[in-house]
Amino acid sequence: MEKVFARSKGLTDVPFSFCPGCTHGIIMRLIAEVLEELDIIEDTIGISPVGCAGFSQDFFSCDFIGAAHGRAQAVGIGAKRALPDKIVFTYQGDGDIAAIGTQHAIHAAARGEKITSIMVNNAIFGMTGGQMAPTSLEGMKTVTSPYGKDVSTTGYPIDMPTLVANLPGAVYVASVSVDSPKNIAQAKKAIKKAFKVQQAGLGFSLVSLLSTCPTNWNMSPSDSLKWLRENMMPVYKMGELKVTEEVESL
Amino acid sequence: MERVLMKGNEIIGEAAIRSGCKLFFGYPITPSTEVIEYLSANFPRAGGTVLQAEDEIGAINMCYGASCTGARVMTASSSPGISLKQEGISYSAAVELPMVIVNVNRCGPGLGGLGPAQSDYFQSTKGGGHGDYRVITLAPSTAQELYDFTMQAFDLADKHRNPVLILSDGFLGQTMEPVVLKERPKAPEYDKSWIVNGSKGREKRILASYSLTNEIGEKNNLYWEKKYNGIQETEQQWEEFYAEDAEYLLVSYGTTGRICKSTVLNARKKGIKLGLIRPITLWPFPDKAFIPYKDKVKGMVTVELNTGQMIEDVKLAVECKMPVHLYRRQGGMLPTENEILNYVEDKFGLSKEGEA
Repeated sequence: MEKVFARSKGLTDVPFSFCPGCTHGIIMRLIAEVLEELDIIEDTIGISPVGCAGFSQDFFSCDFIGAAHGRAQAVGIGAKRALPDKIVFTYQGDGDIAAIGTQHAIHAAARGEKITSIMVNNAIFGMTGGQMAPTSLEGMKTVTSPYGKDVSTTGYPIDMPTLVANLPGAVYVASVSVDSPKNIAQAKKAIKKAFKVQQAGLGFSLVSLLSTCPTNWNMSPSDSLKWLRENMMPVYKMGELKVTEEVESL
Repeated sequence: MERVLMKGNEIIGEAAIRSGCKLFFGYPITPSTEVIEYLSANFPRAGGTVLQAEDEIGAINMCYGASCTGARVMTASSSPGISLKQEGISYSAAVELPMVIVNVNRCGPGLGGLGPAQSDYFQSTKGGGHGDYRVITLAPSTAQELYDFTMQAFDLADKHRNPVLILSDGFLGQTMEPVVLKERPKAPEYDKSWIVNGSKGREKRILASYSLTNEIGEKNNLYWEKKYNGIQETEQQWEEFYAEDAEYLLVSYGTTGRICKSTVLNARKKGIKLGLIRPITLWPFPDKAFIPYKDKVKGMVTVELNTGQMIEDVKLAVECKMPVHLYRRQGGMLPTENEILNYVEDKFGLSKEGEA
C-alpha cells in the first residue's frame, strides 16, 4: 500500500508527551516539516527552554541544547556567534520569552541576532500548573489569579511580537495561530519564512503562535480552540507584523 | 619573548587571545571593565568575537551556548556581576562545559566598593550557585600569574570539561606590571565528541541537565562527585615560601599572599622562623600542602580580605592540631607587611620585652 502520510524526518520517534488537545504537537510538527523541506535538519541547533516547550529537545531530530528558564535566546546567540553557518532556533513558551527572559528577546531583536525564535503563547504557565503569565488576559482565572486577572495590579498582557517588531534588527515578525487548518497552513508559511530569513542572514526573526492549554484552562480541547479565537485573537495583533523589503524579496 | 608593561585586566585579555579563545561575552563592571575594553580593541583583528551583552545573565548564558559548540570562551566581571551569573555557572557545571570566568573581586556585600577584597572565596570555592558542584578556582598574585593562569585555565577547563574561575581582585586588575608574553603551552588534544554543531553524519546530541527521575539524578550526582574527587586528587597547586624550617606559617593567596612574602622576609630578619603557604588553586584547596607541617608547626595565621573564609579550609587541612588565627582587613583595605607581623608576634607571644 502506498504511504500517503508519515512522520516528518525533523522529528524523532519519541512519542509526544503533551496533554490531550495541547497544540505544542502541531507546532513542533510544522517546524519539523520546515526543517525537512529546507533540508537543514543536520545543520540546525535547537535551543529548548524550561516549561512544557522544554520537551522539544527530545522530539526534534536535530542537535539540541537545553537552556535555563528564560535564557534560550542568550544560549542560542552564543551558539550562533560560535557557528555562524549553522541554523539556530529557540523554541520557547510565553513564560520563558515574555516573563523571565524578556530582556533577551528585546536585545536579540535590537542587535539583529541571526537566530529564529518560536514563541508558543498559551497565556499561562503550563508546566508548573496553570499560573498567571504576563500574557494572561484581563479577567482570566488562573491558580495565581483565582478571582480573575486584575490588570490594575498585575498588568496588561504583553504582546511580545508587537514590541519586537518595533526594533530595526527584527526583520521578520509574525503572529499566527494554530486553531484551524487554514491558520495552521498560514503558521507554517510564517515559520518557513523565518528560517529562510536566517538562512539569508538578514537578521532576527520571531514567530509567535497562539496556542491552547486545555488542562490548565479547564476546558475541552474544542472549547479551548474556540476560547483562543474569541478571546486571544482580539487581544494580540495577528498576521505578519514586520516584513522588511529584503525579506519580501526572498 | 616579548616583555611588556600592562594593566592586570588587560593581561587577562591578551592571555585569552593567545590561548586560542574565540569568543568573549561580558558586561561592563568596575574594576573588571578593562578586560572587555581590551578585547573590544584587540580581539576582532585576532579573529575573535566580542559581544557586550544586555546583562551578566545574558553574557554567561552566551558562554554556555558557545561552549556547547566546542569553542573556547570567556567572560569577566566583578563580584555583583558574578552573583548574577551563578545560575548560568551552575548549568555550565552540570552540562560540563569548559569556559573561563574571571572575577575581579571587589568588596561587598551589596553594591559595596571598588577596592580589593577576597570576600567571594566561599562563593568561588563552595559552588556559588544552586546544586552541588565545584568550579576550579585559580588565584593569581602577580601580573605574570594573571597571564600564566589565564592560559592554564583554558587547558584545565578543556581537560576536565568544567568551568574554571580566575579569582583576581581590584588591586591586581588595576596595577600595571611587567609581564612576559610567553607562547601558549602545547596542550594535548581534548575529546570533543560531546559537542553540538549540527548532526551531519552522526546521531543527534542533546546537551542539557534535566532529570526528573531521582534514580538518574543520583547517578548524575555520583558521576560529578567522582570527577570532583579526581580533580581534588590531581590538580592542587600552591607555593611554599620559607616554609621548610618554619615554626609559624602564614596562609594567604592573591594580593595578600604577595604582601605576606614581605612579612616573612621581615620576620626572618628579626630571627622569627615564619613561612608562607600560598594556595594557588583555591578549589581544589591544596590540603596536601599542609601534610608535612601539621605536626611540626606551632601555629598558623591566615591573612584574608574578608571576615575569615579560607581559614575554615585551613583548619580542616591541619585537623585543628594547632592554633589557626585570622588577620584580616575588609572593605577594600589592604594590610601592610608590618601590621601582619605585629599580629603574628602578638598572637604567639614573640615580641621581645621592650620592643613592643
